[in-house]
Amino acid sequence: MSQITTDPLTLTPEDPAAESATDRARLGATRLLRTLLRNGKAVAGLSIIVVFIALALLAPVFFPGDPARITSAGAAAPSLEHWLGTTTKGQDVLGLTLWGARSSLFVGFAAGILSTVIGVLIGLSGAYFGRGLDEALSLVTNVFLLVPGLPLLVILAAFMPPGLGTVIVVLVITGWAGSARVMRSQAMSIRGKDYVAAAQVSGERPLRIMVREILPNMASVVMTTLLGCIIGSIGAQAGLEFLGLGDVNTLSWGTNLFWATSDGSLMLGQWWIFVPSGLAIALVAFALALCNYAVDEITNPRLRRPKHATKSTAATTVARKEEK
Amino acid sequence: MSFLFRRLGFYLLAFWASITLNFLLPRLMPGDPVTRMLSRSQQRLEPQQVDALRTMMGVDGGPLIPEYFSYLGRILTGDFGMSISRFPTPVSEVIASQLPWTLLLGITSLVIAVILGNLLGILAAWRRGGFLDSVAPPLLVFIGSFPYFWLAMGALYIFGINMGVAPMRHAFSVGLVPGFNLEFILDVAAHLFLPALTIVLVSLGGWMLGMRNTMIATNSEDYILMAEAKGLRPHRIMLNYAARNAMLPSVTSMGMSIGFIVGGALLTEVVFAYPGVGYQLLAAVQGLDYPLMQGMFLTITAAVLIANFLVDLVYVRLDPRVRKG
Amino acid sequence: MSVPVLEVQDLTVEYVSDERAVRGADRVSFTIHPGEIFGLAGESGCGKSTIANSIMRLLKDPARISNGKVLFDGTDVLGMDEAALRAWRWNNVAMVFQSAMNSLNPVTRIGEQFIDVIRTHRGGTRAAALHRAHELLKMVRIDPVRLRAYPHQLSGGQRQRIVIAMACALNPRLLILDEPTTALDVVVQQEILEQIRELQKELGFAILFITHDMSLMLELSDRIGIMYGGRIVELAPATTLRHGSRHPYTQALLGAFPPLHGPRVKLTGLAEGTKFTNIQDLEDTGEGHWVAPSDQPVLSQGELL
Ligand SMILES: Nc1ncnc2c1ncn2[C@@H]1O[C@H](COP(=O)(O)OP(=O)(O)OP(=O)(O)O)[C@@H](O)[C@H]1O
Ligand SMILES: [Mg+2]
Repeated sequence: MSQITTDPLTLTPEDPAAESATDRARLGATRLLRTLLRNGKAVAGLSIIVVFIALALLAPVFFPGDPARITSAGAAAPSLEHWLGTTTKGQDVLGLTLWGARSSLFVGFAAGILSTVIGVLIGLSGAYFGRGLDEALSLVTNVFLLVPGLPLLVILAAFMPPGLGTVIVVLVITGWAGSARVMRSQAMSIRGKDYVAAAQVSGERPLRIMVREILPNMASVVMTTLLGCIIGSIGAQAGLEFLGLGDVNTLSWGTNLFWATSDGSLMLGQWWIFVPSGLAIALVAFALALCNYAVDEITNPRLRRPKHATKSTAATTVARKEEK
Repeated sequence: MSFLFRRLGFYLLAFWASITLNFLLPRLMPGDPVTRMLSRSQQRLEPQQVDALRTMMGVDGGPLIPEYFSYLGRILTGDFGMSISRFPTPVSEVIASQLPWTLLLGITSLVIAVILGNLLGILAAWRRGGFLDSVAPPLLVFIGSFPYFWLAMGALYIFGINMGVAPMRHAFSVGLVPGFNLEFILDVAAHLFLPALTIVLVSLGGWMLGMRNTMIATNSEDYILMAEAKGLRPHRIMLNYAARNAMLPSVTSMGMSIGFIVGGALLTEVVFAYPGVGYQLLAAVQGLDYPLMQGMFLTITAAVLIANFLVDLVYVRLDPRVRKG
Repeated sequence: MSVPVLEVQDLTVEYVSDERAVRGADRVSFTIHPGEIFGLAGESGCGKSTIANSIMRLLKDPARISNGKVLFDGTDVLGMDEAALRAWRWNNVAMVFQSAMNSLNPVTRIGEQFIDVIRTHRGGTRAAALHRAHELLKMVRIDPVRLRAYPHQLSGGQRQRIVIAMACALNPRLLILDEPTTALDVVVQQEILEQIRELQKELGFAILFITHDMSLMLELSDRIGIMYGGRIVELAPATTLRHGSRHPYTQALLGAFPPLHGPRVKLTGLAEGTKFTNIQDLEDTGEGHWVAPSDQPVLSQGELL
């Protein structure tokens, strides 16, 4: 069939020559945001994230002082006084969870953003310069993609001096390759477009072309990759800290879970100690995944759910208005 | 076959890179890993054992190049040094006794997740807007948002501790003699069930969504339209035309997901005290057992690379376009 | 005249999106008689493929047939249920798609794809189906050993001919050819058209031939319908149309392509910015020549250079 799937987000305006690159970029970004805010999934996801960020920021207001201090007898089940109960040591679980959000969200977002930035840099320069550089970068990217993440995380974190910085660095080292690969293939397809060729002919500098011509047209892919990287970082951070490879002295959801296991609360049936942090990780990851889902649906209209269930081999609907 | 040779060369390169990273890491990082390690461990090591560790970690500051080659030689003959947390067992022995369980857990859950996820994806894409297409994706994405190990903790808590229906630890019951008989196999399956289930649950959504999205793209290909015009039966179009083509990207991404699943399996083993490679991980980390961590890293990398090569073999069978150079 | 193979009456196809509905085809009517070659021409986007696909009811979701009738041998195609439709497709009407080169399944052998369609409709053994595939491939002059090949191992022209052979597999009464040669070079184009003509003589099917290339169209077709913006603006026998076209759009279209044979003529086109809106129904001007009334000036055409 010769149908052209019209993409509402095709970030190129009707006449590419008529508008400058900046216009195009602004147009792309605002249109993406506007469409996102009309999508139910995106709104739900964003709301959850906003709530979590707000709770993290307000943690010192709700629980002033050191959240790790001992406030009651050990391992009390949830009560009016301690809504989520207390840990084996007698710390308030709700307080730990809220305070934990601070470092978990910070590390997750920081590592996710850094991974995406590195991925964009490597993917774009590979795609733009091609040839030897591209081959070399692709090779390195693919090697990093193949090496199993968790064991690599473990040896990296074990040899590096412990601390929040190490956790972020290690997460970026294991996380950038995925985004680099996506960026490269996307940039490759955009590189072939006419307006890039036009910019090249008119003698613009490569960096300028990459930033002004190619990057704005990848807005939605950068967005999904970023969300994916943040989800991955939050999960990997939790795994790392669960093993005791994070900084056990900072509060985070992962270290909360680490202490829950090493204090044996799982075996003792004290579910309130390990449920909140895990649920928080899952909710944030789910919220980000919802946004991702929404961006996918917006950029690829075919993924949108049809109003009525349809079999994909169904014959053309006949809706005759006349006669009878 | 040049495709396969290229891939093989690439895997060898990746493995070489992992060994080199392993060699360089203790030498580049500040501090003296051997002293740190020994201060953490309660083991009493003979002086020559300490010396061997120092050489391995490059604490002596010997010449880099010759050390590198002797390191390469040792690794390729399977000599990863002594484990500290299970002193004085050699690392290779520790891993050899545990790797089979990790392989069993990893392969079982991977195969189930791939087959089930792809089937669900095919069906969801086939009936757009139907029950499967509306309910399953958000649900599975939600379940997939939990960390592997947390879902494992939840499963262990509910089925093991609260209900007492699932075994709490190890890969088979204490006192049972391993052997190829029904009793033992059933017992192993019972111990495998929950760990495998958590891994399958967490990874299922990714497979399903991936397959669904490729199927949707494939459904608008011209050969699907032609197949419809030919008057073929819908299930035949779905399987032989649409799914058969949509499977290809899914198989490609399988290679990458293996590493992911292995990571999940290691953490799940920690929770279930399942005696795979990951079981030792917690002890290794707490005891700063560097040789064991490094050996684990290399062994698992090798296993993942081999698995990738197997996936390539399958891919070549499935896609005629890569068969000849 | 005989009973028509295909009768399309007032066919209207809409692409419905959230905001608006685009009419891909608008109250289109024409008939095709047994053994006849009927051509449908018009610029890109005028709705040719829409018509072709909706006859076989292949259009997907945003598309729907909102009005009209499609009668095949007097049977109402739009009223068929799924099973009847499946049995009818390819058995009675086969189609070569605009993108015929991509319409073979890339992961199965050519032979399998023949067997698939033959056995679905006719049953029989694999061997018998394969035998039939042999014959068909010989008819389009491709070495039958190619049945063991995968699509990517064949050239574009070969793939095209294989699709044509596949279309003939069940001896359909009507063959729809949607720009069967657009992606090919001129020499291969001519070869394939020659073959189609031969096959048509041998097997006697009727053809709905779609192209935007007027010279090919005039060469091959018996009767021609000219489409513009989803509507047919002129419908006449090829010989009549060649020199006696009435609608300015047809004239512009004819003027834009040099004839393959005959004297050289000056190319004429539509004046810049000319648009036809609100096209009326066709009016009979005699001898099977139907024209939509138009207020645009009639161009003189075919001036000798
Ligand atoms: N899936 C679709 N959704 C919305 N509009 C569509 C869709 N498919 C086709 N159209 C519109 O219907 C009109 C007719 O398209 P059609 O494919 O029939 O043109 P055509 O005459 O075959 O053109 P070409 O010569 O380029 O093949 C076009 O204006 C097109 O924009
Ligand atoms: Mg067309």
